[in-house]
Amino acid sequence: MPTVMDRTFSIDEFLAEEREKDLFRFSTAGSVDDGKSTLIGRLLYDTHSVYEDQVRSIEGKGTTAPGQIDFALLTDGLRAEREQGITIDVAYRYFATPRRKFIIADTPGHEQYTRNMATGASTADAAVVLIDAAKGVLIQSRRHAYIASLLRVRHVLVAVNKMDLIDYDEARFRAIERDFKVVLDQIAADTGSPVESTFVPVSALAGDNIVHRSDAMPWYKGPSLLELLESLPSSQDTRTSPFRFPVQRVLRPDHTFRGFAGQIASGTIRPGHKITALPSGRTAEVARIVSFDGDLAEAHAPLSVTLVLDRELDISRGDLIVSSHAQAIVARYIRAALVWMDQRPLERNRRYLLKHTSQTVPAFVSAIEHRNDIATLKHEPAGSLEMNSIGIVTLQLLRPIAVDAYADNRSTGAFVLVDTETNATVAAGMIRSASVDISDGEDSYTTVEGPVTSVERSARWGHQGGALELSGPPKAVDAIERSLFEAGVITQRINTGDELFRFHTGLLETLTNLHVRSGVLALVITVNEGDQLTIRVGDRQETFDVSNRAAAIAAVHQVLHNASILHDVERVGL
Amino acid sequence: MPVIDLAASASAPRDPALSLPQNASPRLSHLRILEAESIHILREVASEFERPVMLYSIGKDSSVMLRLAQKAFYPAPIPFPLLHVDTGFKFAEMLTFRDEMARSVGAQLLVWRNETAIAAGTNPIALDTKRCCGLLKTQALLDALRYYNFDAAFGGARRDEEKSRAKERIYSFRDNAGQWDPKNQRPELWNLYNARIHPGESIRVFPLSNWTEMDVWQYIHQENIPVVDLYFAKERPMYVRGDALLPIEQAFVARLGEVPQLVKSRLRSLGCSPCTGAIRSDADTIPAIIAELISFRSSERANRAIDHDQEGSMEIKKREGYF
Repeated sequence: MPTVMDRTFSIDEFLAEEREKDLFRFSTAGSVDDGKSTLIGRLLYDTHSVYEDQVRSIEGKGTTAPGQIDFALLTDGLRAEREQGITIDVAYRYFATPRRKFIIADTPGHEQYTRNMATGASTADAAVVLIDAAKGVLIQSRRHAYIASLLRVRHVLVAVNKMDLIDYDEARFRAIERDFKVVLDQIAADTGSPVESTFVPVSALAGDNIVHRSDAMPWYKGPSLLELLESLPSSQDTRTSPFRFPVQRVLRPDHTFRGFAGQIASGTIRPGHKITALPSGRTAEVARIVSFDGDLAEAHAPLSVTLVLDRELDISRGDLIVSSHAQAIVARYIRAALVWMDQRPLERNRRYLLKHTSQTVPAFVSAIEHRNDIATLKHEPAGSLEMNSIGIVTLQLLRPIAVDAYADNRSTGAFVLVDTETNATVAAGMIRSASVDISDGEDSYTTVEGPVTSVERSARWGHQGGALELSGPPKAVDAIERSLFEAGVITQRINTGDELFRFHTGLLETLTNLHVRSGVLALVITVNEGDQLTIRVGDRQETFDVSNRAAAIAAVHQVLHNASILHDVERVGL
Repeated sequence: MPVIDLAASASAPRDPALSLPQNASPRLSHLRILEAESIHILREVASEFERPVMLYSIGKDSSVMLRLAQKAFYPAPIPFPLLHVDTGFKFAEMLTFRDEMARSVGAQLLVWRNETAIAAGTNPIALDTKRCCGLLKTQALLDALRYYNFDAAFGGARRDEEKSRAKERIYSFRDNAGQWDPKNQRPELWNLYNARIHPGESIRVFPLSNWTEMDVWQYIHQENIPVVDLYFAKERPMYVRGDALLPIEQAFVARLGEVPQLVKSRLRSLGCSPCTGAIRSDADTIPAIIAELISFRSSERANRAIDHDQEGSMEIKKREGYF
């Protein structure tokens, strides 16, 4: 890095060069003793990315020989992990070279933290996998390579570390390279996602081949780890891919302007391009690409912009705007790879919230095809997925959404699952295939026996059975029913005016109770032509003027919530 | 109905509407990518929370965050208020600048002070810095968030600032006492953020997580963002104690018989005047500040008393509810 003392240093030139730098993200992982922290510390130290006060604060501490700096201490952050001597969570580090800005997602190698490796890999352009030269290929290295491949990190840099401990022996290095290439091929066959691998012999402790090429291994003619990182292409450049634009927000500062704000997930857009809004399928042309810095003639991923269309389309948050020439799939059934990340195992047929781009939809896992054993690469039948396990599942969504396969798009092909009770993020998902309807038989296999219980229904539907009495004009009643339907509530209308009930006393009550017991929300409706709507649940009753429809809808949801019929009120109307 | 197997396509599809650009626009710079990522976060929070607020601390990071908020919602106004937690020890220039900025961007500005503690004479010399911060910053912040019932609060903290921040999420979950548990944070994959909270819980959001100090200054330079004059070198009266320069803003800082001297100096980060040391500097323009940054051998918070009071002190403060 230049210093102001250099006579040749010009701040203007420096700023001009800085403007050309792009951003490159990579993840690292390794076993506890692989020397990962030392490697990162070395990378930061040798690129002058640590300050003197930070070096001073660790001098004389740590486990290295006197006079040496324990580079691992530069990166071990939290008290808890220092006490345990292991890193416990994803940490992000930043450094720059004259060519690039780098973000490292530094993930712990402890076995139970697979979820952290997946987190780090999800945004990475490359993964640095560490192998201890003295120990050979261990399960952690396989695990990291597997997750990198599963999350489609294209470039895997294999740093064979601690070469100093094996006298910089080329034969040992080549043997590890051979073994691990076989592993990588097996992994690619399992995940369907090949990686491009490069092997580098390094010693993080001695600084060999990390930033600078080493004299200790004349038999290695390749670049240092940093040189490789500087030259790999960034995967964020997807400007020739199909245009995908998840709508985050509708901007309506006044009645003359209506724009759709979002971040371009992939592709390029220009005024005049034909777009389709999904899931509705309606089309329009882009009229303007609006930004704070003026209208743009072109925008591509990953820019955040605002699109104005040439005609009024009913588009809201969660919709996906796509190129009309290369559309996404509107799907209610998704086959996906899941990485389970929660203490509480996956429960089939339990209702979760699926968050995909800017939308959230209730969903449940209808079938688990198999669990993947990362150690043996075998597929095992499974009734559930435990924390840190990976499997292939079929998900059924309560509302269709527009998606792509993860292989085609790392943004519109990805989702997370959220637990509706604890609000924890419980799984990461990568879409393999998707369909509007389930093919025959695919969801028919099940291992659970006996009749479906109301508990199972409640888990899937996200609410208990109950009775909601509504009396008022038909339009107001319809609006209430529709708002419940939108929120994923299973309803059944029972019209009190029906002929049947006139001749069979007690039938209305019997029928209603039947629905309540089976987990359905029974809407017991008495239609009249007044301008009042009365709602009643148990002994709670409220009356609204029909002109105030929004208040009536809000009150219905609140009352059902208070009566513990709805335990998962979704935010609607954003 | 047929299952459309998306995985069947051998290679990633290309958009047929796109003629492959011969004159491809240059790849996006790191600042454009960071900007796009931050705007995405700002829009997500504004759309998914009921009552978001932006913590506005008047410093360079807040200035960048405010500009990003303008960009995120343009041409609509910023859809949440700004909140400044005023300890009573901020530099007078900062307060003038704060009011002017809020007016010029058209945002609602809320100011919160722990008046009880201020009236009781709380200061970092009477107490220690830890307890002073606890009352005037952390307690005040928690009180303000509770009073207004905010469920999401943006902060300008960056992961490169301090070791305990390196593991911070973009959406940092706080329990109903406003406290941070580093072991109970949600995994964040891709750009999918989990906004679900129970009543009383809240989320602190850090849209600048992936920015470095250098990125912030370069962006300020590129975008012509106004910053407080205290960042620029000027002859200023200071108490000089060895290497340390202490602003004369508060009389109680002075030791018996100590006389201020005029020193060409500037502030590297803005905090409370009794706890923010100045540095000797000739950097009076943003390019000069950037040039100076390159030559620096110490991290920006080294001049702040709070981080090195005690090993891991920032982590302890965060657990208690500090940003």
